[in-house]
Amino acid sequence: MTSALLSVNNIEVVYDHVILVLKGVSLTVPEGGVVALLGANGAGKTTTLKAVSNLLRAERGEVTRGAITYRGERVDRLDPHALVTRGVTQVMEGRHCFEHLTVEENLLTGAYTRKDGRAAVARDLQMVYGYFPRLQDRRTAQAGYISGGEQQMTAIGRALMARPSLILLDEPSMGLAPQLVEEIFDIVRRLNREEGVSFLLAEQNTNIALRYADYGYILENGRVVLDGKASTLTENADVKEFYLGLGEGGRKSYREVKHYRRRKRWLA
Amino acid sequence: MDLLWLYAQALVDGLLAGVMYSLVALGFVLIFKASGVLNFAQGAMVFMAGLTFVSLMELGLHPALAGLATVAVMVALALAVERVVLRPLVNQPPIILFMATIGLTFIVEGATLSVWGSTPKLLELGDPYAAFEVGELYIVYSEFYAAIAVAALVIALALFFNKTRIGRALRAVADDHQAALSVGIPLTTIWVVVWSVAGVVALVAGIVWGGRLGVQFSLALLALKALPVLILGGFTSIPGAIVGGLLVGAGEKLAEVYMSETFGLGGVENFFPYLMAMLFLMVRPQGLFGERIIERV
Repeated sequence: MTSALLSVNNIEVVYDHVILVLKGVSLTVPEGGVVALLGANGAGKTTTLKAVSNLLRAERGEVTRGAITYRGERVDRLDPHALVTRGVTQVMEGRHCFEHLTVEENLLTGAYTRKDGRAAVARDLQMVYGYFPRLQDRRTAQAGYISGGEQQMTAIGRALMARPSLILLDEPSMGLAPQLVEEIFDIVRRLNREEGVSFLLAEQNTNIALRYADYGYILENGRVVLDGKASTLTENADVKEFYLGLGEGGRKSYREVKHYRRRKRWLA
Repeated sequence: MDLLWLYAQALVDGLLAGVMYSLVALGFVLIFKASGVLNFAQGAMVFMAGLTFVSLMELGLHPALAGLATVAVMVALALAVERVVLRPLVNQPPIILFMATIGLTFIVEGATLSVWGSTPKLLELGDPYAAFEVGELYIVYSEFYAAIAVAALVIALALFFNKTRIGRALRAVADDHQAALSVGIPLTTIWVVVWSVAGVVALVAGIVWGGRLGVQFSLALLALKALPVLILGGFTSIPGAIVGGLLVGAGEKLAEVYMSETFGLGGVENFFPYLMAMLFLMVRPQGLFGERIIERV
């Protein structure tokens, strides 16, 4: 295995000093890897990502136990700005474009922390337009009025403008048509291979996430219940049944719906 | 015909006064946009900047030097406010921040008074009565120059917001705090910048108003004059602050002339802006140029 870019060691996250959301999550993102964080609503995927990017504190959350290291350095006491300058940028769930700014202005704000001059920023703007030609057509449009897919592209493009080594991608498929989801994931794969960007992505759509990721972690109630290579997870009986909707003999039919569900093996 | 000139004169006077209202409103808009705080202390900042500027000049400083020194004082105030007020109160409901700025108002006023004393000071900006005539209109030079200064300030601000990296970041923060954090824009820096800019705007307002009314405590009450301007123009729009100011200025002077000519009523200009604002609230609560709420369907 290649060296760890990011490692999260047994972290516990508490909101508002009382609500315990993560109860000991550990994970590793290797240099150049695409790692998926899977699980249902409220499992703790977003909280894990925000713990890494340090956006937690803006929501009154706090890492109370454990440690997060990035390239060997403790980063869980830094602020988001410091993390972006070190090469970790988060793309938040629900896109969060700057609605009243144009698409191009959105992309340029992504370069806020850059110190390497206008020419380099201009070059990266062309790189982003290269990956998302549609954004170039819409560069002068207000981001609030472009389509959901274009907003997701803007959000990813904006993160790229910071020249990150690791992008924390939260729920990229949310509210998008399946074809667009496929398109976005294709670009994620290309960015990973061509630009060497590593990804930690949180996704409810287990099926597509496991197709594009190398490794996956399954979160339930703030704990990692299962992890493994994406190909191994896809073959796991429990993952198949509970996350991919496949029974023992292929796709489950609602005609033979059971009144009880088989107990998950990992709870045993 | 005479009556027509009377109204025309009222309109011109009103517009010139309106430009100056805009100036105070502008300070509110800047801070409200970037931090979502209705900064009640803007009037106190006008007073502080004006009095500091005049007092430094009385100490024998060259006006340009006094101006620079005052800007430095306003930046120091911005740093202090960010450190002591905004940072500890981050993520609190807006009403709490608003209350904090009310407290700030009295601290700023009190501190200014205890440092520079409470005697009104005169700010000489050339002959206050020198004027030129256009037809039968009578335009006072000092007001005319004040209007030009404000126009220049607004153009400078517009360029700053639209063309610079920091300006773009300011607008980004105004749109979405969380997203701004996620791309590495440090909110604390942005707040200091925006309060400093508001401080500079307060200085310009202090000079312009001080030249007109004398530099004295009542400058702090200008904040109240800015409220109807904000309601008319919208709390989040710089052009709104300008247009709102012009409407309020022209409206109050025209109403004054009309009411006294027709009904012999005086003093209408004192409450007319608030009447306008209240009626306006019922029709278009976000103001003329308030940030349109973008809704995708």
